[in-house]
Amino acid sequence: MPTTAPAFSDATASDSALRRFLHGLPGVDAVGLEARAASLGTRSIKTTAKAYAIDLAISMIDLTTLEGADTPGKVRALAAKAVHPDPTDRTTPRTAAVCVYPDMAATAVAALAGSGVKVASVATAFPAGRAALDVKLADVRDAVAAGADEIDMVIDRGAFLSGRYLKVYEEILAVKAECARADGPDARLKVIFETGELSTYDNIRRASWLGMLAGADFIKTSTGKVATNATPANTLLMLEAVRDFRAQTGVQIGVKPAGGIRTSKDAVKFLVLVNETAGEDWLDNHWFRFGASSLLNDLLMQRQKLSTGRYSGPDYVTVD
Amino acid sequence: MSDNRLSVFKTYKLYVGGKFPRSESGRVYEVTAKKSATGEAGTGKWLANAPQSSRKDARDAVVAARKAFGGWSGATAYNRGQVLYRVAEMLEGRKEQFVREVADAEGLSKSKAAAVVDAAIDRWVWYAGWTDKIGQVVGGANPVAGPFFNLSTPEPTGVVTVLAPQESSFLGLVSVIAPVIATGNTAVVVASADSPLPALSLGEVLATSDLPGGVVNILSGNTAEIAAPLASHQDVNAIDLTGADAALAKELEIAAADNLKRVVRPQPVDGGSVDWTADPGTHRLTAFLETKTVWHPTGALGASGSSY
Repeated sequence: MPTTAPAFSDATASDSALRRFLHGLPGVDAVGLEARAASLGTRSIKTTAKAYAIDLAISMIDLTTLEGADTPGKVRALAAKAVHPDPTDRTTPRTAAVCVYPDMAATAVAALAGSGVKVASVATAFPAGRAALDVKLADVRDAVAAGADEIDMVIDRGAFLSGRYLKVYEEILAVKAECARADGPDARLKVIFETGELSTYDNIRRASWLGMLAGADFIKTSTGKVATNATPANTLLMLEAVRDFRAQTGVQIGVKPAGGIRTSKDAVKFLVLVNETAGEDWLDNHWFRFGASSLLNDLLMQRQKLSTGRYSGPDYVTVD
Repeated sequence: MSDNRLSVFKTYKLYVGGKFPRSESGRVYEVTAKKSATGEAGTGKWLANAPQSSRKDARDAVVAARKAFGGWSGATAYNRGQVLYRVAEMLEGRKEQFVREVADAEGLSKSKAAAVVDAAIDRWVWYAGWTDKIGQVVGGANPVAGPFFNLSTPEPTGVVTVLAPQESSFLGLVSVIAPVIATGNTAVVVASADSPLPALSLGEVLATSDLPGGVVNILSGNTAEIAAPLASHQDVNAIDLTGADAALAKELEIAAADNLKRVVRPQPVDGGSVDWTADPGTHRLTAFLETKTVWHPTGALGASGSSY
């Protein structure tokens, strides 16, 4: 795959060309965007559709632990949960991936070997991204060498907000190059914009296009470490961006909202957004993910309710 | 002037998690007055529309009760007593409203209704006093055949579903709620189906009485409809079937068996009505307590010969 879609090769020729391109994107109607996201959130999803949505949502989860207090034991426990989310019901689908810090990637790879669950590792001085480029690249190299299937990088928000778009672009290119593997498939690159720090919807649209032009495999809302994380509105905006990008270049890119999605109801709302905006092609864990940890327990409780008819409780899922 | 005044009707709402939501289902039902002490329900004048709760309201109430359990059960018994006494103070201040609602609900004269409300407030104070005493009555040091201190302390069961009595809309209601929360449990209360107004007004009193939101949650509507999902709910620890008739009680007890809920059957079991004015005793306090026992080596008779 070319690092930049040919249709836009002149857009990334220079800093000023890139700025012209990004600032030439249509402005976002903030009120309309939020109203659209809210109205899609009112769909009633019941019975068999609900069961389908819950299983799909479970299969899309990047089960995440990104704490300073993470231990190898905790990562192994999380890996076991990713493989068998509900040990009392083996028909429960596996989650898409386990998401950890780079130094835990090897532990996660060993624990998940042969299970089909991917290992995602955050890198590039996550979550702030405030480090020199070679430090960030070393971080990525570590994670790739440890066997991570997916790399979640953060963009340099400081550079982005001060208008140095080419710096951000080149940084993503450099990280993308580190994701290559000689002896196997390349690690897929997820680019985190930290939408809560980008201030405006216009900036989120620009960041989405910047990330896609630079060759991101996934665009991701946030780190989960700031006050505002994934919202229906900013995810809708990013879904529109990947839809438009595929229409113009033929290249499909995934979307990952992360942080703040805690209930099954929220997750189902996001799935409605995906279906109504990007379309059915994205209703697959290769193209859409949830970055979440507590969401899984709520989905499991809802799943137990559907299968037994009894409301479940936190005593019947794991504490993590 | 007063002839021309438009009536200002009160919208009765549920009390869940310290807030006053309408039913998630949007349904209401008509509540009518009882004509006399012997009159059938539904034969009197229209009083108000009460929310008709759905199973989702019940589910939300359990979530609220579970959330409140940690704080309420962790509060000191002394503090719980103070809060419950504060509830009694607030009830006293709104006595006239409760007298009117109880008179309408149970077909009583004003003076009889006033006596019922007085008894209910006294009952609340009585239970408030028990919060820091029940532990000494049902717990304590146990004599054991070994060199151990052996201590038992009562702990609250958890989230308790209470089906309030159908006939005694206020004294009976207070008599089943107060003991549950006095010992540190949190409650999901299903009010009397035909006479829910005193219960819904009690919610307004609780909301202004320092009682943390979610400790008591009050639902009105069809008892069987609300009770069924609560009885089978895996996150409810106990259920008090006082307001269920014999057939419903049996059905709910079967549903409650799945997660080994503690179940209190209606008394008396032959369907006769309970005399709520009688001395309640402590059985409703102890019904929703679990006994925790700890063994602690004294060392006095140990090999080391230590003196403590």
